[in-house]
Amino acid sequence: MKIFGFQIPSVFSLLIWAGVWEVIGQLEWVFIFPPLSGVLIELWDLVGTNAFHKASISTLKSFCYGMFFAITGGVSLGFFMGRVDAANKLLGMWVNIFASAPLSSLVPVLILLFGLGQTTIIVTVVLFAIWIITLDTLAGIKHVSPSLIEMGQSFGASRWNLLYKILFWAALPEILAGIRMGFIRAVKGVIIGQLLVSIIDFGQMFATFSRNLYMEEFWALTLVLFVFALGISSLIGEMEKRVEYYAGVRD
Amino acid sequence: MAIAEQNTIPLAAPTFSDNNIVEVKGVSKFYEPDIQALLDINLGFPKGQMTTLLGPSGCGKTTLLKIIAGLLEPTEGDVFVNGQLVTGPGPERAFVFQDFALMPWATVLRNVSFGLELRGMAKDERYEIARRYITNVGLEGFGEKYPHELSGGMRQRVGLARAMAVDADVLMMDEPFSAVDEQTRRQFQEDLLNLLSIEKKTVLFVTHSIEEAVYVSDQIVLLSPRPGRINKTVRPDIDHAASSDEIRRGKNYLDSVEEIWHELKGYLE
Amino acid sequence: MSSPSASVATPIASPSFRISQITIWRVLSLILLFGAWEIAGRVPISIAFPTFFETMSSLGTMIIDGRMAKAYAKTLEPLVIGIGLSTAFGIIFGVLMGLSRKFQWIGEPIFIVMQAAPMAALIPLVTFLYGIGVAAKVVAVVILAAPIIVLNCFRAVRNASPSLIQMCQSFQGSQIQVIRKVIIPDAAPMMFSGLRLGVAAGFIGVILAELLITPNGVGDLITYHRSVAEYADMYAAIFSIVFFAAVTVGLLEKAEVTIFRPEKKGAA
Ligand SMILES: Nc1ncnc2c1ncn2[C@@H]1O[C@H](COP(=O)(O)OP(=O)(O)OP(=O)(O)O)[C@@H](O)[C@H]1O
Ligand SMILES: [Mg+2]
Repeated sequence: MKIFGFQIPSVFSLLIWAGVWEVIGQLEWVFIFPPLSGVLIELWDLVGTNAFHKASISTLKSFCYGMFFAITGGVSLGFFMGRVDAANKLLGMWVNIFASAPLSSLVPVLILLFGLGQTTIIVTVVLFAIWIITLDTLAGIKHVSPSLIEMGQSFGASRWNLLYKILFWAALPEILAGIRMGFIRAVKGVIIGQLLVSIIDFGQMFATFSRNLYMEEFWALTLVLFVFALGISSLIGEMEKRVEYYAGVRD
Repeated sequence: MAIAEQNTIPLAAPTFSDNNIVEVKGVSKFYEPDIQALLDINLGFPKGQMTTLLGPSGCGKTTLLKIIAGLLEPTEGDVFVNGQLVTGPGPERAFVFQDFALMPWATVLRNVSFGLELRGMAKDERYEIARRYITNVGLEGFGEKYPHELSGGMRQRVGLARAMAVDADVLMMDEPFSAVDEQTRRQFQEDLLNLLSIEKKTVLFVTHSIEEAVYVSDQIVLLSPRPGRINKTVRPDIDHAASSDEIRRGKNYLDSVEEIWHELKGYLE
Repeated sequence: MSSPSASVATPIASPSFRISQITIWRVLSLILLFGAWEIAGRVPISIAFPTFFETMSSLGTMIIDGRMAKAYAKTLEPLVIGIGLSTAFGIIFGVLMGLSRKFQWIGEPIFIVMQAAPMAALIPLVTFLYGIGVAAKVVAVVILAAPIIVLNCFRAVRNASPSLIQMCQSFQGSQIQVIRKVIIPDAAPMMFSGLRLGVAAGFIGVILAELLITPNGVGDLITYHRSVAEYADMYAAIFSIVFFAAVTVGLLEKAEVTIFRPEKKGAA
């Protein structure tokens, strides 16, 4: 879109949507859409509250633990499946199934097994993120150009050398893409987990807000989470750009 | 590597001639039971010379080269390098890849020194060697660049420098110039010959271009369509001291090109 | 074949032998997971963890006595409607955004936000607008599935082969013809894979809605049997929905390959 000859980046179209929201809110069409301005003011207050601090720190913790396990587990599993054919044949089906399974249905089981606390949230995060990381790592390993592997072998590389001097780096773009998708899914997972557990952290806040019809607070919290999700995904997107030139060298 | 039959059926008495650095004996290769890529190849590669494998697409040139490199195992037969049975890749052989096989995440310097890095050589030492070869292939000043910043021809020079840097006796090149434009290719051919006249390597070369084969080789091996067999060996007998123009107009050159073309044309019918 | 030593040992494989080999791996893979489940259930790792066979027998009972059919009718109705609506959105917005830079400018960022953000957070709000009926579940499906479908359609249209488009134009194809005869068919495979991702997201949405707001369908089977501690029944319900989703997504994937990518047929 160009205005007066200037190219306006398309992110700015979000401002238009924000405007639409404000207008709908001001017109009081539907009570679940309060005006954006009110939500932003509420957001300011919310961010200052103790409850919010506690919830975000604890959520961030679950998120980080979960992602740590998901990344280490997913990348190793992907490598393992990529290099050992039998492992791929045995596990491939399950990884694919879990990658597109309605994991929200598993949360009740997790609650049973791990209780109504942080452990459940961590396991939810792992379950949401790990499969896509595995699949992308696997795809990365499978796409490593055979001649690059032969190159290593022709210089007498050991298995270990081949793994961490060639395969890892060659698969890095896919691994990062998988991690980015894993992060996006993990944010969804952490929220779904907390909504279902509903007595801790953001889940509890959401429950309180919607039970009491505190729509402004509800949206303020939602906005915070959206911004967090987008921030993370664009951060990893930046990292991916740094390895983008790999792609040109492949086929 | 060699099959159990080795114990029962004695191999034909090895006809080692001292000047063959690579000996291929009775090599056959099946990919699947019904895909025979090579059939009973017996071939010697004379030391210090450039031997080219020429033949129609799919006749097994790459397969043969990879078997010699130790990257593939032959279904039957053996390969000897310096009289030693080949059981895998070895330091006396180095491969130049058709698609360059450069690591996009590493600088030219690291790429060139990679073979030495895998041997555990110290960083300073291997970088120094690598720098020398980078200069030798005409890439001085490009050491800190990344492969994607180079043209196709320059990338293959990196591949060549990497193979040279490990100081192997035998260089194996699988269509090294096929991804390079014609001008660069001719320049590269000459540079390669110059470099080889200094370094005294044995080169196993694969190409589709008859002209290229005749121009660079001491010996040309013609393979038949799949399953590849050796059909003929041509020695162009070209004096590489002469200038490029003289060579390309010379009788030996033109006759060899004609002879090979005549032979290959036979496969088309 | 990456290691030099691997090539000699390759067994002699005829086509029929290879097919049965795939089946063998499938079976082994099933045994692996279900075996682990059975063992974990027998240990047991928790009183709330029935064995595989207990779960399967519950599943059988629930199928026979009709509980499953009833629950799935409740769950699938909003899912199908929601996916249908999302697909319609996807095609309309996707094609508009793919063809016009203006629509792209205004639409792409908001859909990217919706795709990356945890839209599930909004599901509790849905009840206020739509109560606890089918409509609420449809909305839950749509808010999770539509962004993915729209973005995939958009990207598919935007990446339609320029040389094919120019080819069509060079034969004096009208704008409509270019869209109908080149862009849409060329974009179809990617649109279809967007649909597959959308369906996967839709499953998450409908189950979440059933667990959170509208107590019926498969989600209710899960909640109810948990509350009365009939864990085998609860696990059977979860197993069935995961299985059902996997089969659906798998069939869509197969359809994608057969319809759109004949060159890939038999490869996987
Ligand atoms: N991994 C493989 N599995 C099965 N068949 C193979 C494999 N690699 C090569 N072949 C077959 O073996 C034959 C020889 O292949 P090879 O690559 O050695 O031919 P080539 O002479 O190098 O051909 P080109 O000139 O096209 O490079 C071909 O017919 C090919 O189809
Ligand atoms: Mg070849």
